[in-house]
Amino acid sequence: MRQILNALKRSDWVGQKYVNAVLRYVFMMLFAFLLFGIILLISGKDPIQSYKDIFSSTLGSAYGLSEVIVTMTPLLVTALAVALPSRIILINIGVEGQLYMGACFATWGALAFGHLPAWILLPMMILLGMAGGSLWAFIPGYLRAMGIVNETITTLLLNSVAPMIVSFFVFGFWHSPMDTNKTAIFSPSARLPTLFNTRIDLSLVFALVLLTLFWLVMKYTRWGLEMRAIGGNPQAARRNGIPVKLYLISIMCIGGAIAGLAGMAQVSGFYGVLLANFSRGIGFMGFLISWLAGGSPLGILLTSFVISIIIRGGNLLQLTIDLPYAVINVLLAFTLFVVLARPNFLTQRKEA
Amino acid sequence: MTLLSVLGVLSSAIFSGTSLLYTTLGEIIGQRSGIVNLGLEGVMLVSASAGFAVTAITDNPYLGVLVSIIAGGLMNMILGFLVISRRANQLASGLALMFFGFGLSAWIGRSYVGAKIKGLPRFPLPGSSNLPVLYSSLFNFDLLIYLVIPMAILIWWLLFRTRWGLGLRAVGENADTAFASGRNPLLIRYQALFAGGLLTGLGAAHLSIAYTMNWMEYMTAGRGFIAVALVIFSKWNPLRAIVGALLFSGAVAFQLLLQSSGIQVSPFLLDTIPYVLTILVLIVWGGTRRHTAPASLGRVYQGTE
Repeated sequence: MRQILNALKRSDWVGQKYVNAVLRYVFMMLFAFLLFGIILLISGKDPIQSYKDIFSSTLGSAYGLSEVIVTMTPLLVTALAVALPSRIILINIGVEGQLYMGACFATWGALAFGHLPAWILLPMMILLGMAGGSLWAFIPGYLRAMGIVNETITTLLLNSVAPMIVSFFVFGFWHSPMDTNKTAIFSPSARLPTLFNTRIDLSLVFALVLLTLFWLVMKYTRWGLEMRAIGGNPQAARRNGIPVKLYLISIMCIGGAIAGLAGMAQVSGFYGVLLANFSRGIGFMGFLISWLAGGSPLGILLTSFVISIIIRGGNLLQLTIDLPYAVINVLLAFTLFVVLARPNFLTQRKEA
Repeated sequence: MTLLSVLGVLSSAIFSGTSLLYTTLGEIIGQRSGIVNLGLEGVMLVSASAGFAVTAITDNPYLGVLVSIIAGGLMNMILGFLVISRRANQLASGLALMFFGFGLSAWIGRSYVGAKIKGLPRFPLPGSSNLPVLYSSLFNFDLLIYLVIPMAILIWWLLFRTRWGLGLRAVGENADTAFASGRNPLLIRYQALFAGGLLTGLGAAHLSIAYTMNWMEYMTAGRGFIAVALVIFSKWNPLRAIVGALLFSGAVAFQLLLQSSGIQVSPFLLDTIPYVLTILVLIVWGGTRRHTAPASLGRVYQGTE
């Protein structure tokens, strides 16, 4: 009886905690929207009408919702590519670069073997994309594990190199006869199949499966346990016989492979062609999402969803309110600032 | 390959290297105090657009430069509030600042895309007036170019020869110890970020008001990240940054030179040189010189009880 009571009490407490957390985030969002409302007012627009439009265009229709999910899918994957290494205190800020390399490798497969049927070509492109991403992550992973260079710096530097390699191929060998800044359009067998007659493609399934796998591995397997040990105290983990170096390198590579998969999905699913500079910060956004979500799979899902609504809503600013599309970044940044700053009156004292 | 084309390349290297060097100096001050600003790209964009807009409105480039500088300082104060007062993660806050800069600069500059401005006045390099006109026109530089090297020396002197610089570096190495010796790490970091922001603003001003003399969205095109690489490359030392900036912008200029002489090398591969070089340098230093980076770089100062 007492146990049941305790359990009830505990579950009630957990529920309360979640309600508080959600309320806190809702308040933060409202504050960010208020700040951006000022910008809209200065531009001579009606903020309330603009927000109504943003929400009705994204959540108000099945099409709008499907577009939000299209935007969300790569963010889920890139956030995971940051969240996994972060469990063993690896800071993978290089998802942007790994994504480009994944896209680059996958494009090579699509262009060279475009005549193959989809059931061979797509798995091959997926493997190539993952190989590209993990190759790009191996360099920082190896240098870190050997204690030569900190992975934060190297991933950051490699971020800038990868888009140039993509540009080198796109402008050099691969450009289509018509355009200079993109490759020829992929053959239909190199395209990820779409779902439910929308632009949502198979990569959404990959993303959800990977997130679930991540949660399961961290919670129920020996690898998860050992990774938590390394994350807690690398010295102690090493003395207990956990191969820390091996973990550092392989987890970094797996993170890179996940990012590479996101790149492959972008070119094969979303665009169907490799564009120079196609990403525009998806990898950085993934880093922010993973960080805001504290690396938890459910948090990543929720945060990506909210951020995608804002990004999709940004299209409206351009179409109906005639502000440059990039201005939506201000609303996005206000949201991030407010969450990062964690206003006092909303947070409870939390013991670390 | 004529002398004229070589000199032309040199001149363009000086123009593109100037904004890079100012920005790098700004980041060095911030990082010496222990704060990484990954949002440089955004800070530069906001400064460049604000300065350009003011120049277009008032027709006074110097006023534009002033506004750029202030905008840079204010942008860095946002980062300061997040990472110093609110103790937020530096990398995440920097990236958020970058996205903020993308948006805000697009908003500020939206009515000035394609606008024409009177750029910063240029003065001939002393002594170059004896050269033929074709040559001497390559050596007309604006005030900011003449000031950039003295500025680097000044920053070096501030960091390494003054009490303020000593305190700043002490905070960057170990904020707790600095606190124990009677310094205020929070205040010093705010000062460092503000000063760094002013310099970043100066770099951005040179980019939009003196060099390209136009505004378009995302005109910095990765210069912020090059500056971060350059800080590492120059080992957090303002004097080495002069050499680094020349080398980095020289790589870009070199590619123009190759093109003009008909050698086919992809400009994109040449653009990777600064980054690859920095990584190689880091690997070479690897084991031996590990202590050049400020020790508490990127760490949150939790306050001392």
